[in-house]
Amino acid sequence: MDFQVGNESRTEDGAVILIPAEGVREHLVVVGNGMAGCRAIEELLARDAGRYRVTIFGAEPHVNYNRIMLSPVLAGEKTFEDIVINSRQWYDENDIELIAGDPVTAIDRAAKTVTSRSGRTVGYDKLLIATGSDPFIIPVPGKDLPGVISFRDMKDVDTMLEAAANGGGAVVIGGGLLGLEAAHGLTLRGMKVTVIHLMPTLMERQLDEAAGWLLKTALEGRGQTILTGADTAEIYGEGQVEGVRLKDGRDIPASLVVMAVGIRPSVALAREAGLDIGRGIRVDDHMVTSDPDVFAVGECVEHDGNVYGLVAPLWDMCRSLADGLTDRHTGYRGSVTSTKLKVAGLDVFSAGDFSGGEGCEDIVLRDASRGVYKRVVVKDDKVIGAVLYGDTADGGWYFDLLRKGEDVGEIRDLLIFGQAFASGGGQADPKAAVAALSDDAEICGCNGVSKGQVVACVEAGNCTLDAVRATCKASASCGSCTGLVETLLAVTLGDDYSGERATRTVCKCTSFGHDDVRREIVAQGMKSIPEVMHKLHWSTPDGCSSCRPALNYYLLCALPGGYRDDQQSRFVNERMHANIQKDGTYSVVPRMWGGLTNPRELRAIADVVEKYNAPMVKVTGGQRLDIFGIRKEDLPAVWADLNAAGMVSGHAYGKSLRTVKTCVGSEWCRFGTQDSTGLGVKIERMTWGSWMPHKFKIAASGCPRNCAEATIKDFGVVCVDSGYELHVGGNGGIHVRATDLLCKVATEQEALDYCAAFIQLYREEARYLERTAPWIGRVGVDYVKSRIVEDDEGREALRARFLFSQSFSQEDPWARRAGGEDAELHQHLAEVRPMEFVV
Amino acid sequence: MTVSNNVGDWLDIGPVSQISPGNARTLPVRGGEEIAIFHTLDNQFYALVNKCPHKQGPLSQGIVHGNVVACPLHNWNISLKSGEALGSDEGCVPTVPLKVDAGRIYLLREAVIPSRTARKAA
Repeated sequence: MDFQVGNESRTEDGAVILIPAEGVREHLVVVGNGMAGCRAIEELLARDAGRYRVTIFGAEPHVNYNRIMLSPVLAGEKTFEDIVINSRQWYDENDIELIAGDPVTAIDRAAKTVTSRSGRTVGYDKLLIATGSDPFIIPVPGKDLPGVISFRDMKDVDTMLEAAANGGGAVVIGGGLLGLEAAHGLTLRGMKVTVIHLMPTLMERQLDEAAGWLLKTALEGRGQTILTGADTAEIYGEGQVEGVRLKDGRDIPASLVVMAVGIRPSVALAREAGLDIGRGIRVDDHMVTSDPDVFAVGECVEHDGNVYGLVAPLWDMCRSLADGLTDRHTGYRGSVTSTKLKVAGLDVFSAGDFSGGEGCEDIVLRDASRGVYKRVVVKDDKVIGAVLYGDTADGGWYFDLLRKGEDVGEIRDLLIFGQAFASGGGQADPKAAVAALSDDAEICGCNGVSKGQVVACVEAGNCTLDAVRATCKASASCGSCTGLVETLLAVTLGDDYSGERATRTVCKCTSFGHDDVRREIVAQGMKSIPEVMHKLHWSTPDGCSSCRPALNYYLLCALPGGYRDDQQSRFVNERMHANIQKDGTYSVVPRMWGGLTNPRELRAIADVVEKYNAPMVKVTGGQRLDIFGIRKEDLPAVWADLNAAGMVSGHAYGKSLRTVKTCVGSEWCRFGTQDSTGLGVKIERMTWGSWMPHKFKIAASGCPRNCAEATIKDFGVVCVDSGYELHVGGNGGIHVRATDLLCKVATEQEALDYCAAFIQLYREEARYLERTAPWIGRVGVDYVKSRIVEDDEGREALRARFLFSQSFSQEDPWARRAGGEDAELHQHLAEVRPMEFVV
Repeated sequence: MTVSNNVGDWLDIGPVSQISPGNARTLPVRGGEEIAIFHTLDNQFYALVNKCPHKQGPLSQGIVHGNVVACPLHNWNISLKSGEALGSDEGCVPTVPLKVDAGRIYLLREAVIPSRTARKAA
């Protein structure tokens, strides 16, 4: 550089120091007047104020303001003036030239100049790119209509405030941090806000399913409409946005659409300048790009493979940059980030990695009455991630443990209770934590029972959980404090108490048994799997392959027509509506009502077998035909062909009604006493499509010779001269069990009615994956008789509930799939054909 | 869709939105192993060879919970991160390096395409 001769000085030991003269200081040009660009200059000024001459170009016509505070401005909690970081005065006092409202449009690295939109060309010695990020605009029709905006700068906020002044509806596309803050602000400004989110979980990058569900519930409570799993098809309107249409056909009128689906590093300028670009502008630890005189900081950079969309990493980057520019290289090592949602009254915190993995352990605390969900992920005795909802007071502490990588082995058992507990005098025992609670600490929220009352109750001689529940009522209602009460029993009785709960839990994710879970789902009116897991204090974030299908069934049974089946909680066969075989292909069994068939059906089956090269067709034990070796990709086409011949799913794959086996009965058989075939068809028409705790088989025999083997079925009818014997609880499986005789009825209609009532009793009271045989073995046939035979009113109510439920379930799942529903379950994502395999 | 001539070390197999959370999709490879790509409920993506180490069940059809998939044939729990069987079961299925970038899923090319691996080894 041009150093003037006169500015040379010598130190005492004779070294020469060159001091740049005023006017020939190196010129640092900053592209971007945002948070990163200005913070970098602040850091630089703090280290060596006179080192560089600084010029800042900004695209917006403003001084530097705090972009992350736009949400409070929108919400009316702050004004623009409140969020200005550096006023004009700061630029003036530090001799910084600000060129606002005139973005840089080109960089010439050979000539070392930048050119702005207005045509201004400025030379640089060092260039800092801080262009931040661009909002990602989803490429749907109507995205360019007036009234469709992003949420990125002050202009967007102004547009939103104008729209809000006219009231009406607003749609926010994107249920991430930014989208929810926009939705919150617009709601406070009086607009009717609908949030459209592609994923099933809000803020899915920061939250897990459980916390996302809590957040959704809270936002809905504030009047917002939250549509998750919703995909935008188009934005429509004549000259101005009028609404949004979803791919499922739903239509949401709106005068304002805010796109907040994500951001991308703004790299166009740097790319055109020929800098090395990955996902962002690639920089080293000193924020130097592939050109040693060009630097970059903030959301536009990629460092060590990472790009950041949060503010904290930016501060770290600016420090490293300023250190480098003033010759005291320290180096940036990447950032660990945490997130807090800035919506008043909603406490949401997330940090680090909560995706689990080898050696990772989840510690989960759910306190339904306070609306609290806490999840800390620990690996090798170190905190690696945390999600907090409802109580984020310890967020900073967890984040600190995480960043410092502190060993938490000593406090592991108390970690989840927070800093106050875990650091409180080395009580390395959860029992001690409970013992340390004050006497007036509330144990049972439902019945308002304090710790002192529980202890007094135990000391008065109630030494079991049931005794405590019966006397002071603690844990007698929702049961969620059962663990606490047991701990109090243990603390109070010492070694005399060794625990007692004998009922088997649903799985290792919960301390509740099946019956408890079912009771609470109904009692508390629960409506979704995440809700059950939250309110019943599940110890895992999203359950396991044992509890998810069980909960899905219990909800389906409790809310006929009102519950959306969770495909991710279905075993493969029920998800694919076919039976998986050992080689990964499927077998397909169309329904043959009562075992009857006809030429048209048989031809269709024969055609399918030939068309799809099915290697085997077999007559099943349930009187129908099983087509083997169908690939998952071919299933919808196979079903379409079978549907065309009038056949529907046989549900041979489901925890549901399988078949109704019949014999030919009085129509043909010389021994037949009643029309068992006709009855079988009627029963199958009534019961098909119903989901049950386990598979369910029925048979109807025309005489006591019982050719349909009705006495080893879940429900069997044996016709006799005087009517119909009804049998229940048979099983021909591993443990053969003959049926119990339920009763004898006189008419066919009664046989149908009792059958419906019995099925519903089984649906409502048996445990998931419990066949009728072990269920009746457990509750006794006398109990079943008392409900079905001796209680006419109760039987009629059960029958009515079954038929009501059936009104929602008798839709052929094959027809829906053949019509294109859930096509992705059958299609490959793509196919890879390496060049040498492409013909 | 056919992916046949991507350049670079990573194979772009399409947008993340093609796999809904809790689900998996498959990617057949001519002359190689079919790959299963998983999207967990925590919004993580993983890729494994679509064969359970036990009886070669198609893992893509299993129930996903946490970062584990339960094989649809015999309910073995397989770690999506390491491919290893969990609990008392023993065995391991190969994993395929995967990255998500700007909303798209990429698989490490040489882990997908067998002939290339063979060429490199030769």
